[in-house]
Amino acid sequence: MAERTNDEWLADLRGPGRDQALDDLRAILVRGLRYGMADRPSVTEADLEDFVQDALVKILDALDSFRGESRFTTWAQKIAVRVAFTELRRQRWADVSLQDLLSRYEDEDLTPAVLTDTAASPEQRTTQQMLLEMVQRLIAEELTERQRQAITAAMIGGMPLDELARRMDTNRNALYKLIHDARQRLKARMMEEGLSVENVLAAFES
Amino acid sequence: MRLEPATLKRIVHGALTARPDEIGCDECFEQLNQFAEMVLAGKNVAQAMPLVQDHLNRCRDCREEFEALLTALRALA
Repeated sequence: MAERTNDEWLADLRGPGRDQALDDLRAILVRGLRYGMADRPSVTEADLEDFVQDALVKILDALDSFRGESRFTTWAQKIAVRVAFTELRRQRWADVSLQDLLSRYEDEDLTPAVLTDTAASPEQRTTQQMLLEMVQRLIAEELTERQRQAITAAMIGGMPLDELARRMDTNRNALYKLIHDARQRLKARMMEEGLSVENVLAAFES
Repeated sequence: MRLEPATLKRIVHGALTARPDEIGCDECFEQLNQFAEMVLAGKNVAQAMPLVQDHLNRCRDCREEFEALLTALRALA
């Protein structure tokens, strides 16, 4: 396979050399993904081909936005990785509704789990308990309903942002911003209450 | 349900270290190819692209994708 410069990739993908360039790019992206997803044994060769096929469509649509700040193939691989992870997360979380996830965390008392941290000293456990109560109180008092849902599902429930965004009728970027606003809100109140990063680290270090 | 100490720590720490200039997932993604190549070239990315580094430290989804991208690029190099 001939090495291409960025300009050659763009020219070939836009011109008569397109079919060959697409074949070459497909081969590179499949090979890259095979390594990038190697720690996910459930991903098959057919999956890799599908991810790359979807990625190639996006890549061709987005050619004009490539600004040459890296090698073209690095940019294309980035898109293929995003497509692959988005699809894997969709499959993994397909059966989990936001309501189920939220009710799992909202209906229960969170306290006992922290108290079972056997690695913590009695003093650390007391601080953890205080932090837990503070976090629960501030989340309830300071955040909007959407911020509360987002923090609970993403940070406690571990739902990926793409998946949560779809269920909340928004997008990943806006969701990150929503959670960012929530964190800033919590920070302001935590500082008012005299909490510092050092306090937090001390409460958890072993 | 168990709220692990690590989760509590992440929430409190994530709040206390929140900064007004954080970038979102879109801006991070836009710069990720350049960032990845700088990492591969051994450059000091935390200094050169601190906001991307900060986002990757905070956002598990973007970090997961970045690590897979890096693995792919290393293998192809």
